[in-house]
Amino acid sequence: MALDVFAPWDDPDAKPLIQFKNVTKRFGDFTAIDDLTVDIFEKEFFALLGPSGCGKTTMMRMLAGFETPSDGTILLSGQDMAPVPPNQRAVNMMFQSYALFPHLSVWENIAFGLRRDKMPKDEMGARVDEMLRLTRLEKFARRKPHQISGGQRQRVALARSLAKAPKLLLLDEPLGALDKKLRQETQFELMDIQESTGTTFVIVTHDQEEAMTVASRVAVMDHGKIVQVATPDAIYEAPNSTYVADFIGDVNMITGTVRAEGAQLRMTWAEGQPEIVGETSKTFGKDQSVHFAIRPEKVSISAEKPVDAANAVQGQVLDIAYLGNISTYHVQLPGGQVIKAQTANNRRISRRSFTWEDSVWLSWTATAGVFLEQ
Amino acid sequence: MRRFSWFNATALTLGFAFLYVPMIILIVYSFNKSKLVTVWAGFSTKWYGELLSNQAMLDAAWVTLKVAVISSSIATILGTMAAYVMVRAGRFHGRTLFSGMIYAPLVMPEVITGLSLLLLFIGLNVDRGVGTIVLAHTTFAMCYVSVVVSSRLVSFDQSLEEAALDLGCSPFQAFRLVTLPIIAPAVISGWLLAFTLSLDDLVIASFTSGPAATTLPMKIWSSVRLGVSPEINALSTIMIALVTVGVITASLITKQQAVRQRREEQAADRVS
Repeated sequence: MALDVFAPWDDPDAKPLIQFKNVTKRFGDFTAIDDLTVDIFEKEFFALLGPSGCGKTTMMRMLAGFETPSDGTILLSGQDMAPVPPNQRAVNMMFQSYALFPHLSVWENIAFGLRRDKMPKDEMGARVDEMLRLTRLEKFARRKPHQISGGQRQRVALARSLAKAPKLLLLDEPLGALDKKLRQETQFELMDIQESTGTTFVIVTHDQEEAMTVASRVAVMDHGKIVQVATPDAIYEAPNSTYVADFIGDVNMITGTVRAEGAQLRMTWAEGQPEIVGETSKTFGKDQSVHFAIRPEKVSISAEKPVDAANAVQGQVLDIAYLGNISTYHVQLPGGQVIKAQTANNRRISRRSFTWEDSVWLSWTATAGVFLEQ
Repeated sequence: MRRFSWFNATALTLGFAFLYVPMIILIVYSFNKSKLVTVWAGFSTKWYGELLSNQAMLDAAWVTLKVAVISSSIATILGTMAAYVMVRAGRFHGRTLFSGMIYAPLVMPEVITGLSLLLLFIGLNVDRGVGTIVLAHTTFAMCYVSVVVSSRLVSFDQSLEEAALDLGCSPFQAFRLVTLPIIAPAVISGWLLAFTLSLDDLVIASFTSGPAATTLPMKIWSSVRLGVSPEINALSTIMIALVTVGVITASLITKQQAVRQRREEQAADRVS
């Protein structure tokens, strides 16, 4: 079972395709990338996630060759990339604006890179047709970019960047210009194409849902640094900082002090409230300040005090957000703290169990949340 | 539809009359049978025929055409290069000064441009003739070309060039295969503008030409000093026609390009 899982980052013998080694990039006084070290492996779908200005696009442009690092080295298959100009790198990029050549047809756009390689005519024709099939664009081969829809343009851009069979494909906010429904469909298409071509993809996005959906690993960035690199589930379930916990999804954050350390950690956090009990693999000192992060869907809500819950607090329903598939309850505790609890609406609500100002119990297990130092 | 108003009609008529009556008189008199310019004696095209047998005139026309084609071509290349660098160079110290210096000859009085070029040619001891007129015309026409081309380059999406590089183009290939075809309408209208400017320049050509090279405007000017002849009217009519065609073509190309660009941008906007 474990052998089937694709996880070269856990394999000490695996050779990374791309290595960032202490890379720093400065623009004048502004440091866009700050002493960054990360490995990206072959066939990975690697997502760079962060707010705008965090340096994710700069990282990508350095991979493409449009920027050079101020310090440090970037290796591709063990070879230093710095002296290689963009037109000689086995790296292709799909631009945020798609950057399709307006004076060329869809077919010619896809063939553009192959022509530069002086590929024989019949071989090139076959390759372009293959790309058109892959992206389901056969019918639009003769059209100009302004004669097709946004979703089709996005696919032309993808086909063009894949045509040269690069070792590494860079995608700069590839789905930013599409509406939500089309974006979701395209995410799955991207994953299929990534899998069938076996190309390494590096995607830049500010959309956490997109990163979680498509990526094998996600790097959360902030101010030119990678805060955490991990698989989507690890990022979500075991964030290493409050920044990551807060950036990905919804979270309740409670700050307190360690009362009893060890695997079963106890944290005091407010007068008159029971201590929060949780398991942790990290070591904390006694009386250390600590943050407890718990996802709303891991908090259950009930009218009666649950008997065997590790943690239970009482509060009053402040707000209810009904989202169709789920409902989020904002529950105010006596100390003023608001905790969000989420329940799946797996039955039609003919009668809602709780309503505004109801007194309710919130409970969670000892493994539901994580303790974070910062 | 706005309602017809006598005020508007009068204003329009007066304005256009002011602009075009002199030229219309010139055109009409070029078809005058009489040799006396101010006396109408019936319709005739004989002066056009006579023009064709006037060797001096034909020589001047040939010089003018040669100068216009060569100088506008060189000006287009240099002007496009200047525009490309100014738009692409990004921010650097003295950028405003440099771009100002490219455009300064546009507003420089022609007499000064002509005089300074004359002094330069004398100083360098260059024989004045067709070559020096070409150089002189290139210097001022280049500014016009670079204005036209840089206004197109400003709205040019730079990621197109990056995409070309990314797909394996050398920087020069990227320019030739991607940038140039896209900005071609601006380059062509720049060339046409330079061509028409060169055709009707009198002042700078007078300063920089030598005894062997006389352009058509110079020829007209010198003949008129001896008296206006119907032949000159005919020649002027031809020149008006040529310049009009040139300017209209240039503006049509620019307009078509603007329309296409807007359409493409709208199409792109629908996506985002």
